[in-house]
Amino acid sequence: MNFRKTAILAAATSVLALGAASADTIKFAFIDPLSGPFGPSGEAAYTSYQLAAEHINENGGVNGDMIEIMGYDNKVNPKESLVQFQKAIDDGARYIVQGNGSSVAAALIEAVNKHNKRNPGDEVLFFNYAAVTPAFTNELCSFWHFRFDAHADMKMAAITDWIAERDDIKSVYLIGQDYVFGQAVASAAEGQLSEKRPDIEIVGNELHPLGKVKDFTPYIQKIISSGADAVITGNWGADMQLLMKAAAESGSEVPYLTFYGGSKGAVASLGEDGIGLLHQVSEGITNLEASDEQYALIEEYKERFPDYDYYYHRVWNVMDMFKKAAEEAGTNDPIPVAKALEGLSIEHAYGTATMRAEDHQIQQPLYISVVSDDVKYGVDNIDLGWELVDAGTISMDAAEQPTTCEMERPE
Amino acid sequence: METIVFGLLNGVSYGLLLFMLSSGLTLIFSMMGVLNFAHAAFYMLGAYFAFTITGSSSFWIALFIAPVLVGLVGAVVERYGLRRVHPNGHVAELLFTFGLAYLIEEVVKIVYGKTAVDYRVPELLDFAAFEIYGASFPAYRIFVIFIAVAMLVGLWFLLKRTRAGLIIQAALTHPHMVGHLGHNVPFIFMMVFGIGCALAGLAGVMAGNIFVTDPAMAVQMGPIVFVVVVVGGIGSLEGAFLASLLIGLLQNFAVGINLKFAEIFGFLGMSDLSEVGRISVSSLAPVLPFLLLVLILIFRPQGLLGEKEL
Repeated sequence: MNFRKTAILAAATSVLALGAASADTIKFAFIDPLSGPFGPSGEAAYTSYQLAAEHINENGGVNGDMIEIMGYDNKVNPKESLVQFQKAIDDGARYIVQGNGSSVAAALIEAVNKHNKRNPGDEVLFFNYAAVTPAFTNELCSFWHFRFDAHADMKMAAITDWIAERDDIKSVYLIGQDYVFGQAVASAAEGQLSEKRPDIEIVGNELHPLGKVKDFTPYIQKIISSGADAVITGNWGADMQLLMKAAAESGSEVPYLTFYGGSKGAVASLGEDGIGLLHQVSEGITNLEASDEQYALIEEYKERFPDYDYYYHRVWNVMDMFKKAAEEAGTNDPIPVAKALEGLSIEHAYGTATMRAEDHQIQQPLYISVVSDDVKYGVDNIDLGWELVDAGTISMDAAEQPTTCEMERPE
Repeated sequence: METIVFGLLNGVSYGLLLFMLSSGLTLIFSMMGVLNFAHAAFYMLGAYFAFTITGSSSFWIALFIAPVLVGLVGAVVERYGLRRVHPNGHVAELLFTFGLAYLIEEVVKIVYGKTAVDYRVPELLDFAAFEIYGASFPAYRIFVIFIAVAMLVGLWFLLKRTRAGLIIQAALTHPHMVGHLGHNVPFIFMMVFGIGCALAGLAGVMAGNIFVTDPAMAVQMGPIVFVVVVVGGIGSLEGAFLASLLIGLLQNFAVGINLKFAEIFGFLGMSDLSEVGRISVSSLAPVLPFLLLVLILIFRPQGLLGEKEL
């Protein structure tokens, strides 16, 4: 009896060992909310990663290896994220992707730094596709962290450039989520507005708790009674959608300049009221001129995941840049890949993206778009979609911001 | 002045919505002694049922059918679940409803998907009722106020002024006596649980389109409902009404206040550069109900109008 058990065990172990030795998958751990109020934000990105990985795998993978995206639900909680991070490491992940929540990203950067210091030879890289607190590529910058989204100061630069040209905007209201990212957005807005348009008055600077407010009507009424000519917000996920819902109900008629107006449901909440009012700044929108391949991709995504829209264009940038870097390095190991990523450029559907070597911050053109009813692709399964505003293209140089990063690099 | 008017309007409409949601919970507790953790899940079911029915017919039909359906689900849960768990005591009941809440959430996720559904305010009521200081007040919210008040009056009349209400109340305190008088006590309990769930369902029908109808709505509303019930006094309908309004007003007024701690406590020498001094009253708004909960439990454990202590 005992002998048989041992034999089975031995057989099982040898199979496991075989599996480990042939190691032909590159494991990406996707650590983001997959349930709760921010679940849709995470899910939309997760599905994007899956599709991007599938396409790469169908075309022969990266250096012959296949990419596997493993999802870990962190509920936008930094503590939970660290647990999931450990789980991901135990599951063999060498690449971590995360984006929803700068509080989470901050915890992950620290965890990755620590892990890599303690486990030489087993390093992991952190690809941040959406957590945009500027500090991550400034004072907190790390060799192990790469950011594939324009950070808050860059997006704010795009927004304030646009406001600077609009003489009819005399006062601005700031509203945001009360955590490191919302605070960064508010201070960026204050700083840049006072520089570009000192005559503009900031009539309100409101921070509300992250994901806790159900009814934004009192906030909207405060905005209306402040008489602001425009609102700037960094809200995302449910906070964006509910803010827009309350704005539509209260008949608020000022432009909303947002980072994440593309959050699922925000456009549908505003409906027709949003036309010409809801703006967003992003690295690409589906209604820009693009190649037929890009149109095919947008349509394939919609067909596969009808609940969501092609929104996370930067996810494809992450995967394409990873593939290019790994193939240049000739290996899928994190350190050579990281070194190859530094200074790497790719041509993507909406322009050129370059990974700046000194702080690992992507540099790319940005686009300001507005809700319109005359578009090729709608969002939220209605006919409204995003259309580029006049002079809404911000070149890579105009969006670029200086960095204070002093990076320590491994040998 | 604007702050006060807005605070009052929003506070009352939000407060009444809370009351619709918590009245069922407090009803079930006062009549059956069951603290129903799955209550917010029934609220969610109400919103989803209304979404489905609205899609195939109209909102007005959903307004009547959806709460009835939720009530039926509640009655089935009582008949085949809770009734069997009941002899094992309160802890078993608590755990049962706790598990039920998760079960309902998962089922909703499987049936409707993990993301929000597009449940909208009916077109007939989708206009601004009046405009005040440049902000419009939606007609639908006035409708919510109207329904909530009608519900309060209806419930109060049913419980305090009808024979059925008398029997229900008697069944709680003297179940054997009521049984011996020829009334079917288990059936009464099933009805009470069903009605309580139907009330939650009605709240879901009304609130699902003001807020967002998604699988997270139950979890988001769950804590605040318990705050209302505890603050009002567990089992007291009038207390729940008072507490709902109080919490609605408190939250909305706090958002409207622009003061920072440093400005309020400046006379104590607090500077607006200090950590505490920088906190603004409006940013505290969502925490206030829970602060109230803690204070009530310390200083008045039976709640505002409650009779028994927790």
